[in-house]
Amino acid sequence: MAWFSKPKYTVLASSKKEQQSRNLWTKCDGCGETIYNKEWEENLRVCPKCGHHQRISASDRILLLMDEGTFREEDAYLRTTDPLAFSDSKGPYREKITVTIAKTGLRESVIAGSGRIEGIPVEIAAMDFEFLGGSLGSVAGEKICRTIDRAIRHKRAVIITSCSGGARMHEGIVSLMQMAKTSAWLGKLKAAGLPFISILTHPTTGGVTASYASIGDIIVAEPGALIGFAGARVIEQTIRQKLPEGFQTAEFLVERGFVDLIVPRKEMKSRIAKLLRYLGCKA
Amino acid sequence: MFPLPVAGCLMVHTSRTDGPMDIKHCDFEEPLVEIQQRIDELGSFSTTEGVDFSAEIAKLKGRSETMLGEIYSRLTPWQIVQVARHPQRPYFLDYIRMMSDDFEELHGDRLFGDDKAIVTGFATIAGVRMAVIGQQKGRDVKENITRNFGMPRPEGYRKALRIMDLAARFNLPIVTFIDTPGAYPGLDAEERGQGEAIARNLREMALYEVPIVVVVIGEGGSGGALAIGVGDRVLMMQNSIYSVISPEGCASILWRDATKAEDAANALRMTAGDLVGLGVVDEIVPEPVGGAHREPMQTAMTLKEAILRSLAELQKQPKQRLVERRLEKIRRIGPVLDQ
Repeated sequence: MAWFSKPKYTVLASSKKEQQSRNLWTKCDGCGETIYNKEWEENLRVCPKCGHHQRISASDRILLLMDEGTFREEDAYLRTTDPLAFSDSKGPYREKITVTIAKTGLRESVIAGSGRIEGIPVEIAAMDFEFLGGSLGSVAGEKICRTIDRAIRHKRAVIITSCSGGARMHEGIVSLMQMAKTSAWLGKLKAAGLPFISILTHPTTGGVTASYASIGDIIVAEPGALIGFAGARVIEQTIRQKLPEGFQTAEFLVERGFVDLIVPRKEMKSRIAKLLRYLGCKA
Repeated sequence: MFPLPVAGCLMVHTSRTDGPMDIKHCDFEEPLVEIQQRIDELGSFSTTEGVDFSAEIAKLKGRSETMLGEIYSRLTPWQIVQVARHPQRPYFLDYIRMMSDDFEELHGDRLFGDDKAIVTGFATIAGVRMAVIGQQKGRDVKENITRNFGMPRPEGYRKALRIMDLAARFNLPIVTFIDTPGAYPGLDAEERGQGEAIARNLREMALYEVPIVVVVIGEGGSGGALAIGVGDRVLMMQNSIYSVISPEGCASILWRDATKAEDAANALRMTAGDLVGLGVVDEIVPEPVGGAHREPMQTAMTLKEAILRSLAELQKQPKQRLVERRLEKIRRIGPVLDQ
């Protein structure tokens, strides 16, 4: 991507799908406008016409936030044990994982590691929607807990960028327990007096919303991001009426008091760095 | 045997199940219905025709019992789902009524309101004082409207948190009873931060320095169940279920066909036996043959013994060690491979 050159010393895998789709023009999902790719990338994949923030990968998210060349990935090779030996109508979960790894070039739904934001050392975990809808399973849960462990060990802040459909059904109860596990570890982080900034991006729903995403010391959202616990279709079926316009958006959650602030992508890094400094983090 | 004036129950009526009643049969109990019909026929024959069929009736009753035992010795996951959701299954307040010497319900989250899908309060069970939290379903339409079918809203989870905080401050053990299809997926629940309410409970429960015993008594429906389900000891009634998603929900997403719920129930591993294997549940509380709804009092006494035994063991541990162990146990769930 044009807005950052990929430094040699990071070990991030960029999404294959993205590499393949580098055409000359991009159509904005928000307004349908066709935008010249160079402009699109320079604008960090935010539509210059309507301000729609297109979803970006975990690695792009990390490169966007971290100082160039400072990110070091950790626990890159953790893999699920397929605790339920799960199969659905499309076949075994194990095969789905193998296919997803080959298709996306990702290894799991979370990329975690250490890096610096404007010189401030932080531990970061970023979710990638391309990997089974960014679902939270045993590997994602463990990576987040290890991220918090490192933060406690080195006395650093934790940043988690969420982008997920929720818990991973293929891991059943084990994925549900990752909600308890990650939230419990954030309790340990809190007891250690260290800050946690939760960044919510489109979409953040289900079990991720009902665990770490919603209990940041500071919760920051990207404009227009869909954020909620229950899916819109489920709610409509329950209450038997259409949901109001703009329900479950970042803006809605700020109004209701569940998000601190909305920050456009271009300002995200500098604003997060500033917040960290207010919370006592030093470069 | 058990004094029954329970303050909270008087305010919001909830039917009892500890008396004799007609058992509603599940689909898979069909053969029992036929036998029962023949018993009834013979019975009325005896009175109208004056013929003594008592020997035949006794034989049929024996067959019925044997058959019930056979059916319940090899329940499939989908059949267990039916038992877990059985409309006559004992609910939280039934257990409290049958197990406790005293119960004082405490209401409200001090922020918004009093969610009746979660009942909280202080209870004394065999002389042991504790805080109890439970999801409460209703027996009929009216009760279910009051109880919202056991689906809590954020204020329910915040009420639970308030009572657990009290318990931790005043050194009372906490016992929670899980029985919910899930957290309420409604517009108002979203507006008041359903996700935040659940998440906060998960974080706080992990660190309370008092023993926490969790019992899954019926349906353990996803995050809505887990929000009162982080503890030192997780017990599960033999015919209850606990899962990340309902079999129907899973089927409609992964099979794209809600009628494949039985397949999903098999794949999700949601029974007590499965959950012990996965390290989520510590102990299965046995139910009488035919399920808890056939012998509520007997079930309650078994559960009472299991809860008291767990509490006694946990009370012996130093507070710091209690929390350490709780965290270690949570962390171990879902081991990963490192290649």
